[in-house]
Amino acid sequence: MNTMNIMIVGVGGQGTLLASRILGKVAIKAGHDVKISEVHGMSQRGGSVVTYVKYGEKVYSPIIDFGEADIILAFEMLEAYRALPYLKKGGKIIASTQEMDPMPVITGATAYPENIQKKLGDKVNLVAVDALSAAKEAGTVKAVNVVLIGLLAKSTDTPKEVWLETIKETVPPKFLEINLKAFELGYNM
Amino acid sequence: MKELMIGNAAVARGAYEAGASVVSSYPGTPSTEITESIVSYDDIYVEWAPNEKVASEVAIGASIAGARAMTCCKHVGLNVMADPVFTASYTGVNGGLVICVADDQGMHSSQNEQDSRHYAEASKIAMLEPSDSGECKEFTKLAFELSEEYDTPVFLRLSTRVSHSQSLVEKEEKCDYKLKDYKKEPQKYVMAPANAIKRHIVVEDRIKKLIRYAESCNINSIENNGKKIGIISAGITYMYAKEALGDNVNYLKLGMIYPMPEKLIKDFAAACDTVYVIEELDPVIENHCKAIGVPVIGKEKFTLLGEYTPSMIKKAVLGIESVENIVPTEEIPGRPPVMCAGCPHRGTFYVLKKLGLTVAGDIGCYTLGAMPPLGAIDTTICMGASVSAAHGMAKARGDEFAKNLVSVIGDSTFMHSGITGLVDIVYNKGINTVLILDNSITGMTGHQDNPTTGYTIRKEPTKQVNLITLCKSIGIDNVTVCDPFDIKTLEKVVGEEVKKDEPSVIIVQRPCALLKTVKYSGHCTVTDKCKKCKACMKIGCPAITLKDGAVKIDTTQCNGCGLCINVCPFGAIEKED
Repeated sequence: MNTMNIMIVGVGGQGTLLASRILGKVAIKAGHDVKISEVHGMSQRGGSVVTYVKYGEKVYSPIIDFGEADIILAFEMLEAYRALPYLKKGGKIIASTQEMDPMPVITGATAYPENIQKKLGDKVNLVAVDALSAAKEAGTVKAVNVVLIGLLAKSTDTPKEVWLETIKETVPPKFLEINLKAFELGYNM
Repeated sequence: MKELMIGNAAVARGAYEAGASVVSSYPGTPSTEITESIVSYDDIYVEWAPNEKVASEVAIGASIAGARAMTCCKHVGLNVMADPVFTASYTGVNGGLVICVADDQGMHSSQNEQDSRHYAEASKIAMLEPSDSGECKEFTKLAFELSEEYDTPVFLRLSTRVSHSQSLVEKEEKCDYKLKDYKKEPQKYVMAPANAIKRHIVVEDRIKKLIRYAESCNINSIENNGKKIGIISAGITYMYAKEALGDNVNYLKLGMIYPMPEKLIKDFAAACDTVYVIEELDPVIENHCKAIGVPVIGKEKFTLLGEYTPSMIKKAVLGIESVENIVPTEEIPGRPPVMCAGCPHRGTFYVLKKLGLTVAGDIGCYTLGAMPPLGAIDTTICMGASVSAAHGMAKARGDEFAKNLVSVIGDSTFMHSGITGLVDIVYNKGINTVLILDNSITGMTGHQDNPTTGYTIRKEPTKQVNLITLCKSIGIDNVTVCDPFDIKTLEKVVGEEVKKDEPSVIIVQRPCALLKTVKYSGHCTVTDKCKKCKACMKIGCPAITLKDGAVKIDTTQCNGCGLCINVCPFGAIEKED
């Protein structure tokens, strides 16, 4: 089954759902069959969250297995590292360099791994950017998701206009300007 | 035109197209968005009921009155509504009645992993199971039709991966459904023994008819690829099997999982050398196959626990294990869910832990008070059990134990089934102290209104249940209202109330930090007065971390709630813009 598999990982509350919905809509516009698997409920409360976006001629399973992700879009470095086993050979990780301590690190039960960026970069194709600063520049830290979508968009064949049109359809009008700016910042990174 | 929808939204669309006009539910992950999606259809009456039992009774009443009606719940919600549902199987329906139940394989957001398919057999109610959003819509419509044709409620069984996965759905027009006539039929709707004895005969006869339907209906379908291996599956596991095994096997996909066909399964198995049953959780299909004399391979190859994956299926059936991937060479710290920065519950659990009390917990965001570093909760069983289980603990160990024991229960959970436990305490001379954690919303499931919020599901203002008056009216004389961020007062009040020789209720009130109406200014920052005593780290706020020996507050996470300022003994944390 040759589908394009994109895994979006982050911390509950970072806006991974919006990113997956934008990706899904773009894939539909290109005429693909699409499935997206989301996470709701308790896991959204600051825990690791994983969303899968799959598209192609025909998609059966909505989930992505080990070694199957073409792209991992990571909102946080530890989550990028955690998702590594899911990356396909030759796949790419696009990550925000933001680091957020999980509770076991805060309580001192364990330590946040050092130099994740280097460890990942040595093993796989990693594009790590400071999406948080870009989001702040756009107007809100909450726009990290659209900055990363912008960065991802640049590496696809889908015309930029389609991405912009989809963002317009997806985000509330009140936040459109900030999100369009965030997209541009990501696109031009 | 096809549209991406989560399975839950597709079920709602199906109910709309089928002409359903009454929907009543109680929220529960992963089922909540079905009822929330109904809100977008103006001509359907929709409500949040106080609990699943009430919700299902509303739907049953609407069906008897001639409407197509639906109720939706999570797997454990079906336990709560089991009483009316089992008897609705006997009464049958007037307008179509559909009961959606969403299982949570893998326990993404649940306290157990029960398999709701057992309920279909136990209550003798037909059950359909869709495998993607398109089927969610189609099966919902079919469920209404079958309900009326066979005079039975119909279960629609979902799972986390079906409920919360988006796939393409073709929208169609709403059908022109007219309310059925209502006429008094006590022999059908008054389930006193004399009538129920006759209805049981009808139920058994109905199952026989439904088995005949199952033999030939198009939702039970065979895909013959001329192979030696056969797969029997349903729902999301069918999709995993298709992904894993492609055209290398034959498939029998069961869209109707109760009652199951006999001849269809026998014929399918006869054409294969080996038949595997692939189903998450319990061996329900497997046991049926074995009972009708069809040898199948099931749970000896597949686990009873958690979710399946395509690779797991590929390995079990084809013996292929060929994942090429890279794994980290060190252990990755886990990231369990935590109370959000600014969560009002944090202050409550800080105080309860400080007082060293035994805490009977309940179901909601505040269950996270059991996690380190707060670690304040001793028990969590089900909705409402914090109150009644604490009563049992107190009766078992006596008043001295009860004076070091509290129950914690959210506003919505208290309305769901905490109130009955509290009545038990009053009636049976208990002395327990119950903390109602009133955050002005049903939090964990994503902000649903409830009887204490003053708004309906459609955000229309309504009568608000007053928790103080309610508790007083059932005989609780000690009712206090406290702010969980005023930790000194809360500590004093809890300390006093638990020592009393009569029951007390403390309503701990502060709205959920994620509500749009909640705005704190600026954020907190650690000044050079910090003595590194780490008192602020005991509250388990995700924004407060230790970097190179110094306490730091992450401004991207901090929402400025200021609880850490209240716990710092040196006044070393300040607010900045």
